[in-house]
Amino acid sequence: MVLVLAGLTVAGFLTYRALQENLLYFFSPSQVAAGEAPKRTFRIGGMVVAGSLKREPGTLNVSFVVTDLVHSVPVKYDRILPDLFREGAGAVVVGRLNDHGEFIGEEVIAKHDENYMPPEVADALEKARAAQGQ
Amino acid sequence: MIPELGQLALALALCLALVQGTVPIVGAALGRADWMALARPAAAGQFVFVVLAFGTLVYAFLTDDFTVWFVAEHSNSALPVFYKATAAWGGHEGSMLLWITVLAVWTMAVAAGSRSQPQEFASRVLGVLGIVSAGVIAFAFFTSNPFIRLIPGPADGNDLNPLLQDPGMIIHPPTLYLGYVGMSVPFAFAVAALLTGRLDKDWARWTRPWTVVAWLFLTGGITLGSWWAYYELGWGGWWFWDPVENSSFMPWLMATALLHSLAVTERRGIFKSWTVLLAIAAFSLSLLGTFLTRAGVMISVHAFASDPTRGLFILGLLALFSGGSLLLYAVRARNLEAEGGFKPVSREAFLLANNVLLVVAAGVVLAGTLAPLVVEALGFGKISVGPPYFNIVFLVPALPLVALIGVGMHTGWRMMPTDALLRRLRLPAIAAVVVGIAAPFIFFDTASVLTILALSIALWVCASSLLDPVRRLVFRTGAPMTRGQVGMCLAHFGVGVFMLGATAASAYNLERDFAARPGDRIEAGGYELVFNGTRQVQGPNFVADEGEVELRRKGELVTVMRPQIRTYQVQRSAMTEAAIDANGIRDVFVALGEPLGDNAWSVRLRIKPLIGFLWLGSGLMALGGLVAITDRRYRLAARQTERAVAEPAAGAA
Repeated sequence: MVLVLAGLTVAGFLTYRALQENLLYFFSPSQVAAGEAPKRTFRIGGMVVAGSLKREPGTLNVSFVVTDLVHSVPVKYDRILPDLFREGAGAVVVGRLNDHGEFIGEEVIAKHDENYMPPEVADALEKARAAQGQ
Repeated sequence: MIPELGQLALALALCLALVQGTVPIVGAALGRADWMALARPAAAGQFVFVVLAFGTLVYAFLTDDFTVWFVAEHSNSALPVFYKATAAWGGHEGSMLLWITVLAVWTMAVAAGSRSQPQEFASRVLGVLGIVSAGVIAFAFFTSNPFIRLIPGPADGNDLNPLLQDPGMIIHPPTLYLGYVGMSVPFAFAVAALLTGRLDKDWARWTRPWTVVAWLFLTGGITLGSWWAYYELGWGGWWFWDPVENSSFMPWLMATALLHSLAVTERRGIFKSWTVLLAIAAFSLSLLGTFLTRAGVMISVHAFASDPTRGLFILGLLALFSGGSLLLYAVRARNLEAEGGFKPVSREAFLLANNVLLVVAAGVVLAGTLAPLVVEALGFGKISVGPPYFNIVFLVPALPLVALIGVGMHTGWRMMPTDALLRRLRLPAIAAVVVGIAAPFIFFDTASVLTILALSIALWVCASSLLDPVRRLVFRTGAPMTRGQVGMCLAHFGVGVFMLGATAASAYNLERDFAARPGDRIEAGGYELVFNGTRQVQGPNFVADEGEVELRRKGELVTVMRPQIRTYQVQRSAMTEAAIDANGIRDVFVALGEPLGDNAWSVRLRIKPLIGFLWLGSGLMALGGLVAITDRRYRLAARQTERAVAEPAAGAA
């Protein structure tokens, strides 16, 4: 019994530590503009600005702009974009900010359903709209 | 008219489920045989109406009845007939109806299979299943009704999500649901046993085969889903720790713990409270999984568009079923004294360790899955927990768990002399460690400590599982093995095979994304790939860009791979069809990305060694379960109880 409890305590502690180290926080473009975003890896989300998707011809390097309709963040990405990624639709990108204020993407998250808006993106758009209205 | 019939059938099924969920249970409490006897006819009636409702929905799909909102949303007249029928579970509303249908199938099976059990017990089991069914039908009927009309209907439907236009879609959801929903059966047995106050060896023996069958389907469903994501969807991996994957995996871990705990309860009459709690937990986690998937609270590849009332409704059901059963447990648990203990080196002790580790594993997965919800609810912002968390914390309980299998299966009940055990297991243990250290260096040149550890443990379980069968079949010594023992060896061998695949495919996975122009050659992992460009091909309801990639090894052509990017005409969405060359030892996976301009395409290459072992291992686990339930003692036991029940009944008549 003591062993079991000790084991559970250790497991609980390790779980807590692992959670702390592997959490990815979400920040909206407005939060990034306000300087709230950290140096480490986080997630950003919003709408992909129509006409902002640019590709270096013949390479995997792309850049696009993610916006919550108030503030925008430029994103650079050098891997394969998911099938359902498109301009004018919502997207969530995992990555980190560089010194030039560009977001270097490590992963663009894809969805089963193109009509589906990631709740975080919907929320960010909503908050930005509310902030602007005030 | 026909959809209204479906509506009516669903309403009638709800009424019958309510009857099935109340009258027999009250009857059992009052000792009224006529009330208890209502359980089976009510269950049969409910089954008929549920199947009718489901059939009506399929009919609406087959006849392109776009005045039904759900059909208009998920089908199209150009969709192949095959997919029209399976589109019935291609969206939230239809998949809830499938859930209900699967529960009705289980209920019928229990109604038929429980004839040999005492009437009081069987009517309580069916009653509990009736309550569960009533809750879920009410959920579907009031918040997710698939028969809602859309008048006037559109000229044509919105089409089925292209991701779901795949043969995998036809079997994966129903198989998974058979497992998921099947967890309601051990739950019903546990609650019925608590109500009866009879948690004994008989109860464990009746519950066990049902649990194994549900576990079998759950294993199969999860494996198919993983296989499907890898081979058909071209996601390039086999497990993503996605919240929805986790919500099927947590019940699996609990069900696996329950299977082993039931073994102890059946043999030794101990661990009763624990077994009951596991049965409740496995079912609660299935419901939680439904909540996570259906309520749209999770960011997941599986997420359907959401509606908060649905989430609240499912949470209410979860609170009712889990809370109610736990309350009942709290009231009744003091009657559950253990009869006799066990020694630290005995099968009981190892099964206890198995249970603790499995529950810890389920716990860490649960923590990672729910953390985003909890953190957001507390107002600390939006977070997500990525695969690195799960990959680290899951191994902490999983590695010792698998390592202990190899010892546990050779220990006897009650106690085991340690020296005999050591003598028996010395040789396979040493062999596993030697091969586990040598193999990575022979085949891959490098190895981390974790890889060596995982490979050694996997080989150790394989060797240990083969010990008894080899002794019996090759050297003709030892006692004949029962089907139960054969099943156990098969399933545990499967665990080892699975772990070999998982370790090799993760540790030696080669991943590269690159830009390729026609004629480009790429060297990777001992292979040479030649990209010959793309051409347009026409499918039944899509057009595709098809690439041609020659796979060469040492100058010789191995195969020509043709990955596609399909554009489906109705939804205008793009879909990747990866090309995979599998030879049992390794898979070469090639998928097209997108045109990059300048005649170049992005290409995704993966080489995964031993990935086939994942599906083989899971298959062996399921096969082991199948063999185990054909064991003599379940058939014998059923016959004996039948006689025991028949005699007093004859006397009373």
